[in-house]
Amino acid sequence: IGVDEKSLISILTNSNEEHKRSLWKGSSKLFIEDENGFERWDQSSIKILKHQFNRFRDAVVLSLLHPWERDARLIEKAIRKGPKHYNVIVEMACTRSSDQLLGARKAYHSLFHHSIEEHLVTHIKGRERKLLVALVSAYRYEGPGVNEDVAKSEAQILYEAINNGDKNKLLDHEDAIMILATRSKQHLQALYRHYNQSYDKTLAQDLEGEGILKDTVECLCTPQTYFTRVLEAAVKEDADEESKRALTRVIVTQKEQLVKEGFVPNKIQDILLGLYKDFMLASIASGDVK
Amino acid sequence: MATIDVPEQVSVLADAEALRKACKGWGTDEKAIISVLGHRNAVQRKQIRLAYEDLYQEDLIKRLESELSGDFEKAVYRWILDPADRDAVLANVAIKKLSPDHHVIVEISCTRSPEEHLAVRRAYQARFKHSLEEDVAAHTKGDTRKACHRKLLQPPYSIDITTSNRGGQSDSGGLRSSRHRKEVKGCRSLVPEMLSDDQLLVALVSAFRYDGEEINTRVANSEAKILHEAVKDKEFNHEEIIRILSTRSKMQLMATFNRYRDDHGTTITKNLEGDSGDEFLKTLRTTIRCLNDPKKYFEKVLRNSIRRVGTDEDALTRVIVTRAEKDLKDIKELYYKRNSVPLDQAVAKDTAGDYKALLLTLLGKED
Repeated sequence: IGVDEKSLISILTNSNEEHKRSLWKGSSKLFIEDENGFERWDQSSIKILKHQFNRFRDAVVLSLLHPWERDARLIEKAIRKGPKHYNVIVEMACTRSSDQLLGARKAYHSLFHHSIEEHLVTHIKGRERKLLVALVSAYRYEGPGVNEDVAKSEAQILYEAINNGDKNKLLDHEDAIMILATRSKQHLQALYRHYNQSYDKTLAQDLEGEGILKDTVECLCTPQTYFTRVLEAAVKEDADEESKRALTRVIVTQKEQLVKEGFVPNKIQDILLGLYKDFMLASIASGDVK
Repeated sequence: MATIDVPEQVSVLADAEALRKACKGWGTDEKAIISVLGHRNAVQRKQIRLAYEDLYQEDLIKRLESELSGDFEKAVYRWILDPADRDAVLANVAIKKLSPDHHVIVEISCTRSPEEHLAVRRAYQARFKHSLEEDVAAHTKGDTRKACHRKLLQPPYSIDITTSNRGGQSDSGGLRSSRHRKEVKGCRSLVPEMLSDDQLLVALVSAFRYDGEEINTRVANSEAKILHEAVKDKEFNHEEIIRILSTRSKMQLMATFNRYRDDHGTTITKNLEGDSGDEFLKTLRTTIRCLNDPKKYFEKVLRNSIRRVGTDEDALTRVIVTRAEKDLKDIKELYYKRNSVPLDQAVAKDTAGDYKALLLTLLGKED
């Protein structure tokens, strides 16, 4: 992922006519013989190249922006792009601190002249809407003190919603949404523990396949699991463009957390190239400096 | 416009000393307390508290709480708090009531500016160690349960609600016990509007509206239609209504309400009148009134609080204390227009003693 700029420069500047001709004829994946007598660049290859070059740009821009504006822009983009990107909204809403999320909401007002909630309800007609609006509207208490009894009984509520009810209706389940959207993270983490203890499986396991519901629970209760999953998907051999973009987003926005969690930079080292790689590694390293 | 009368020059030290003098010794000099605190704005009151703490190593509020009593004490307590802290206290009182005061929650969420509302949420967390939306979600459900019980006990629903639960676990019957949830689950199919009431309240309390002036007329048009459909058929598509009322900016909503009025000849609030029926409808009416014309809403609350046999001191105090530094002057004018009696006079007739004296001072009466 990324571009090895140094090598590319040396190849391109040192190549002569002869060299170039053999490049065009030889690389059938990159160049196609055209009926008009020249070797045309393959469209999809250009696209890939653009993506690769843009990665560094995106990483730089994301790093430069104030975190509030950055998150606001990421959310707006995700809303526009559709259901496959809703996990980004969940990520923004659930892995930021209460004040950071508030800041993103304020930034959203300035940038887009609407509240996030307004845009969510305007552009999202599906059943995910309720949960997303609720998550984005939260201003969670961040202090200590969890009522273990309540956490346990709410774990039961979720269990029954998942196992006894219609799994398809989960996104409409009022109690479940209110619990996930209004309770403090500490409370939800206690709830997660109780769930595990009482039912011999984790809440995340029980939500396997439930898209943003699972993302929500992971982001709130076990964020490192979520981020690891996203990063691993990004560095896989056959990762798609979206997954790869997630790499930039996660590293730039989560560098402190990544270092804390001991995310291994070596994995990244092997896969990334050029300036993009240098930038990503430096980002993670700087997260070290406190 | 505000009604309180604040002098040009204020010395918070002198004020703190005066208050100390008023509280020392036998009895309390309530007149002195009113004459100081009743003429200070929020910033000054805060500084007085700090000065008092500095000078006497004591919390002024705690001192006043111990010296005063009754409606007067309640009013002084609410008046002396920071506006955001005060709203947090009012919200908590409303939530914790046996029968939660939904309209107070709506009032606080809808008549404050977005920034003020945020400050309330922060103050609530600092004071009560929970988020406002958490407590609203948890406690209004209890109200739903009680309302469900009442409904279930009336024909044709007389279901035996004391069926034992499965599993044999001991059941405390608390807010989220399995018995409660079974009942509520059964209820929800019977009384869906109660479910929506919770949803509407949580949505209103969580809102952080865009504060700008822009209006989209196309949206105003289509949403006025949606609201009209709902009102007309009494088929309240709760989702849509909650969405519109809890996410749109205030300017946009006013445009929508105006459009409604232009298209149908009457205001939406008039169309919602009548059946005091279900909780959702009541909350809905309050919401729209607060968003559409807050001053008119407050005039009505005052009118009702005074008119009743036995004044509703809680409501009276709440409106006067929370609006004295905002728009109580305009509300007074509305009151006079509507009732042909000045608000000061009506309050004086209906209240007594130090409580009355404080209210009148906040209303701007000259000493």
